[in-house]
Amino acid sequence: MNKLVVSPSPHDENYTKTSDIMRDVLIALTPALIAATYIFGIRALLLTIVCILSCIAAEYICRRLMKRPNTIGDLSAAVTGMILAFNLPVTLPLPLAVLGSFIAIAVVKQLFGGLGQNFANPAITARIVLMVSFPAQMTRWALPFYYNEPSDVMTGPTPLVTHQAAYINLLLGKTTGCLGETCAIALILGGVYLIIRRVISPAAPLSFIGVLAALSAIAGEDPLYQILAGGVMLGAFFMATDYATTPVTTKGKLLFGAGCGLITFIIRNFGSYPEGVSFSILLMNILTPYIEQLTRAKVFGAKEAADE
Amino acid sequence: MKRLRGIMLSHRKNTENSATVDLPLPGRVRIPMAMTMGVACEPLVKAGDYVKVGQKIGDTDEAFAAPVHSGVSGTVAAVTEFRTVPGKICKMLEIDTDGLQTVSEEVKPPVITDRESFIKAVRESGACGLGGAGFPTHLKLSPKEKIDTLIINGAECEPYITADYREMIECPDDVIGGIRLLKDMLDIDRAILAIEANKPAAIKNFTEMADGDDSIDILTLPSIYPQGAEKVIIYNATGRIVREGEMPSQQGVIVINVSTAAFIYRYTRTGMPLVERRITVDGNAVGEPKNVRAVIGTPLREILEFCDTDIEHLRKLIAGGPMMGMSIPDIDLPVLKTSNALLALDHFDERETSACIRCGRCVRVCPLGLMPCDIDRAYKIRDIEELKRLKVRLCMNCGSCTFVCPANRKLAETNQLAKSLIPRDK
Repeated sequence: MNKLVVSPSPHDENYTKTSDIMRDVLIALTPALIAATYIFGIRALLLTIVCILSCIAAEYICRRLMKRPNTIGDLSAAVTGMILAFNLPVTLPLPLAVLGSFIAIAVVKQLFGGLGQNFANPAITARIVLMVSFPAQMTRWALPFYYNEPSDVMTGPTPLVTHQAAYINLLLGKTTGCLGETCAIALILGGVYLIIRRVISPAAPLSFIGVLAALSAIAGEDPLYQILAGGVMLGAFFMATDYATTPVTTKGKLLFGAGCGLITFIIRNFGSYPEGVSFSILLMNILTPYIEQLTRAKVFGAKEAADE
Repeated sequence: MKRLRGIMLSHRKNTENSATVDLPLPGRVRIPMAMTMGVACEPLVKAGDYVKVGQKIGDTDEAFAAPVHSGVSGTVAAVTEFRTVPGKICKMLEIDTDGLQTVSEEVKPPVITDRESFIKAVRESGACGLGGAGFPTHLKLSPKEKIDTLIINGAECEPYITADYREMIECPDDVIGGIRLLKDMLDIDRAILAIEANKPAAIKNFTEMADGDDSIDILTLPSIYPQGAEKVIIYNATGRIVREGEMPSQQGVIVINVSTAAFIYRYTRTGMPLVERRITVDGNAVGEPKNVRAVIGTPLREILEFCDTDIEHLRKLIAGGPMMGMSIPDIDLPVLKTSNALLALDHFDERETSACIRCGRCVRVCPLGLMPCDIDRAYKIRDIEELKRLKVRLCMNCGSCTFVCPANRKLAETNQLAKSLIPRDK
């Protein structure tokens, strides 16, 4: 007879693992990747693969150097790589993409303790570092289907600068912008998949998009244009829902999303950048611990401090 | 009314149609002196004494305890020791059975005239919560507060277990009799028999039986674990919230397990104390899952063999359900008053624990709205003030947080460890 295993209850578990959750995120990002490859050509796919592989490499090297268990199997580094690529212009030189990947994984994630411990979204922080350090390369926006055009003019301003893109082009992604952010329909599809799979809660995306639309309407702008143009859909569904860097409770998520909407609105209207999604999420990441303190779940039957 | 959260479990009530079968009398029984919450009894007999069925063999003057009786006739072979779940050592009587099952002359229906004599009789029956918690029943019956609602807990929300269900199917008259008896003796106006929705036959049967009796309501609970937890069932049955540090009686409620209620009724008719009980035997190492009626003190090995268990490949043995049951280190340990199920598993895959990703699933499922992921962090750095703020002491160890954790973190266990860091006085 075997020796009996003695362990604390429960003795059963459901079998959703961290890697299953990350795989779902990768699946949800796939429609947007297909759209990006169609719109911006094979280089979009190449850039994404480079980012994913360098993020995985960075994760492996960091864990190795720190003599900690290898964690590339949880797929979180792959997710970071894919989201980072989506935040880059398709024309970006590959070495810069590799640099961004290492910043995301080594500096933002692993130096703070790895998965679940980082306070800032790795992909967003890396994007901002690249944008501030290499502004020219980071703002060379390729025109859709530029790879078919024999023209000399291959780049153009983003819809947030022109304010002239048609809704249908914003939905389908036939605009300039970061490679993964342009096709709103593909991103919404992925977001809905994650909500149905209960990987993410709709709270943060809805309040992000809702607040931005409401403020834009009040300011006399076209709210639909404001939420479809730029990085709102990518940010709202895939970055404002990052587990480690956003609040846990629904109330906290609503507050987080609302803050993102507000800051995006302020930057777009009063800031010197045409787009503010990245900064808004990063700033709200910093506020997350305070939001968490404010929005703790109410414990059933707990005595309030006043009762004691 | 806010709905309390919880988790959906696969019910695996494989034995729900297995009528209870009597286990053959074992050659030797081992009866611990502490089987309920509270204080251990002192043996009333010594090695060499002859004992009969129903004879009281252990008792104490302490209030927080229930006496112990023999379920067999035979000779006390030895007085040994038993380690209880909280890790305390108590005495244990080892009795060699003679197979005659001679009933003790002590066994006669108690004379019950009023509330006092009823509560005394319940104490003498050795009754405790048969759902697994094992709180001495008589202590529940004499609260200072006025009780207006009696809740009979027929939730049986853990997977596999059908012991209470079989009680409801096989002995419905005892259940109703027990409810009426408790209601009358304790002068309670209303009783609610609460049964989880996955037991439609019991719900239908009792709804018909209680038809025309306005004082007994049959309540269908949703199939969301843990419906049977005391605070949860009180809230779902009455909308009342048992606050931190309160007893249910302070909300005018008493909760009694359905099998306990039926047992008390039988005791008042026959005088036979709590010496045997129904146990669900299941799990993938069990060849023939069934419900057995076993004498308390029967070594678990006898039950496992009776149910054709692959003892050779046994890896894990659980007393109780998979969510809150205790894993048992030794198959020769005895059946206790609280043993409602015995699960024998032939495999046990321990997944590695990885970092918390702060997905919030544990927060989403906690019925009490605790934040296990934050408790986990606070426990790691031994932040006692933070643990107090997070109200970890309210955790009832239902296991839902650990169950859903994708990183396989032992959150429920951490909660219990964290509780022990908080000084008891405040």
